Amino acid sequence: MDILILKNLSVSVGDRIILDNINLKIKSGSTCVIMGPNGSGKSTLANVLMGHPAYRIDSGQIIFKGVDITAKKPEERAALGLFLAWQQPREIAGLDFYPFLFDAYKSLEKARGQKTSDVFAFKKRLDEEIAKLKISGDWSKRYLNQGFSGGEKKKSEMLQLALFKPSLAIFDEIDSGLDVDALQVVGRALKRFKQKNTSALVVTHYVRILQYLSADKVIVMSKGRIIKSGGPALAKQLEKEGFSNITD
Amino acid sequence: MSKIKKVKLSPASDVKIKNEADPTGHSSMWDSYNQASYMDQTKPGLDEKLVRFISREKKEPAWMLERRLASLKLYQEMSLPNWGPDLSRLRLDQITYYAKATDKQSQTWADVPMDIKNTFAKLGIPKAEQEILAGVGAQYESTVIYHSLKEQYREQGVIFEDLDVALSQHEELVKKYFMRVVPPTLHKFAALHGAVWSGGTFLYIPKGVKVDLPLQAYFRMNAKGMGQFEHTLIIVEEEAQAHYIEGCSAPRYGVDSLHAGCVEIFVKDRARFRYSSVESWSKDAYNLNTKRALVNTDAHMEWVGGNFGSNVTMLYPCSVLIGEGASADHLGVAFANQGQIQDTGAKVIHQAPNTSSNIVMKSISKGGGQAIYRGLIDIAEGASGAVSNIKCDALILDDQSSSDTIPLIKIKNATAVLAHEASAGRLNEEDIFYLRSRGLSEGAASAMIVNGFIEPIVKELPLEYAVEMNRMVELEMENSVG
Repeated sequence: MDILILKNLSVSVGDRIILDNINLKIKSGSTCVIMGPNGSGKSTLANVLMGHPAYRIDSGQIIFKGVDITAKKPEERAALGLFLAWQQPREIAGLDFYPFLFDAYKSLEKARGQKTSDVFAFKKRLDEEIAKLKISGDWSKRYLNQGFSGGEKKKSEMLQLALFKPSLAIFDEIDSGLDVDALQVVGRALKRFKQKNTSALVVTHYVRILQYLSADKVIVMSKGRIIKSGGPALAKQLEKEGFSNITD
Repeated sequence: MSKIKKVKLSPASDVKIKNEADPTGHSSMWDSYNQASYMDQTKPGLDEKLVRFISREKKEPAWMLERRLASLKLYQEMSLPNWGPDLSRLRLDQITYYAKATDKQSQTWADVPMDIKNTFAKLGIPKAEQEILAGVGAQYESTVIYHSLKEQYREQGVIFEDLDVALSQHEELVKKYFMRVVPPTLHKFAALHGAVWSGGTFLYIPKGVKVDLPLQAYFRMNAKGMGQFEHTLIIVEEEAQAHYIEGCSAPRYGVDSLHAGCVEIFVKDRARFRYSSVESWSKDAYNLNTKRALVNTDAHMEWVGGNFGSNVTMLYPCSVLIGEGASADHLGVAFANQGQIQDTGAKVIHQAPNTSSNIVMKSISKGGGQAIYRGLIDIAEGASGAVSNIKCDALILDDQSSSDTIPLIKIKNATAVLAHEASAGRLNEEDIFYLRSRGLSEGAASAMIVNGFIEPIVKELPLEYAVEMNRMVELEMENSVG
């Protein structure tokens, strides 16, 4: 079964077309990697899938778990099991980090028709995930991502990924700007996520993150279009040769 | 006149809570009120007869009646302010200037009338906090109905009383300080207050006494067209320390309500005092409140305030720094929603050397609301080495709403250092999308961001007040998106 199907998806901002007739299928439980140079539209695709209100969908459909989510709100997509790990997570001044996590957690449970957890059950789960991510220092006194280093922000995203239990997670340049240690922590978090028969869409510049994930499918985007599609070997080829051979 | 109806304590079914729908379709926590059938005998309008009646009713000493009458004369001579929001719709002859709800002070929580408890419950004020807090005074109509104070503070000489009671039991103290920092000559509404003031709080902290827990009073205005003129008089003697907090809430009525309260604080040498208030008036109330502190040598005064609701609020807490090394912090939040003008700010008068002030104000405007910061920094000739920092941040939630900053700065000493910083912005769309991508609704996401915006001020409030203020923001943010 396909967890995600994009049918003839075209998207614009103002009078500019930024995604042009995208067709893509991602098998349930698989990992799809999207590569491409800057400005190719791969991060736009990640945002469109999550329902960013700034983009206008001109035509086509987004089918997630058999449900047409093309017109659904971001929070409805999240409730259905979609998650976007942001390239540059927002810093929200004054919003206490842990209460935010708990509120979002309860919202998702409620929307998914589950019994909502009490604060003690939640805290137990939170502590477990924090330990797995080797988060040092006390984040309970901090505001959501505010003043976080690049590595901490990515750990914050991985913490939310683990807590919110999506069935398909989109990783937008999750490996950019990370030092080796942080990359390892993030990579392990990805691995743990993938062990649960979940699906992943990985938007990346580099193949180094692929040492933690085995790509089932690799696609290359340029100028808002998918120009090439293949297996893991394609990623290796791109790493060696760069994009210019394909995109020119 | 003045026949008083006792309110039954139980059962709860005796109490009727009405919910009056707002014609604008905007309902909120302020829109519920209890029936007040005991208002039958009071009539609107103000004259010498009423002033004499109030004073006689309260069995006041002659000097207080004289002051009331002098204030009334000033009130009749003075004109409305020729600046700020339009007050022409305020029908001063339609206001009821004096009313009483119960005839005696309640001693314990069990004695508090059920309809008052119900109102507290609607506002979500946790019952448990009452036991933790050092003292509780709740003003219902114009009579304080509930008052308690921990024995230890009484032993230390702390006086925390209904001002009417203090006037009879501590007459000399009241006479010495009453309307000395807010004189009736200050403006028309100070004069009005001087004539018809009724109820309120008297707090006296003796020399060197430090009260750790916040002392608290909860005010409520609950009768159609009724004005409320409570007076808060606070004296903090040398080297003493305390924190006092009061909150106001009022249900909504068709007749314009007027609130012209007064807060006077005397902070003596090396004393520290914090005054916090959360005001959430009904959406047709005029909240024209005057708050001033006189701050002596090396003493420190802190104002923390939240202003919600009301039709028009004009409130500029003022610190008069008269002693060398005196300092003041002013922190404030104002939320102007549909049909509302929040004209708030701070005044600091630096009259002595090495005095300092720090002002942080945050406003939110929404649905056509207007939030105005109006401030005055006045640095006198003799105030060498004075320092003042002002920071105003405005969040404007839509195109219909507005925000203004009107800072007035008078500096007569060249050594003064003053910094003014102002910002105005919108909610960031990416921030909202980020939170929505985590499963939160657009409304919840917006409320979280707005609460984050005011967090630097809210965190200075006791927890239960902070929670309540966050809840108010959530209520104000409801129906904002669709």
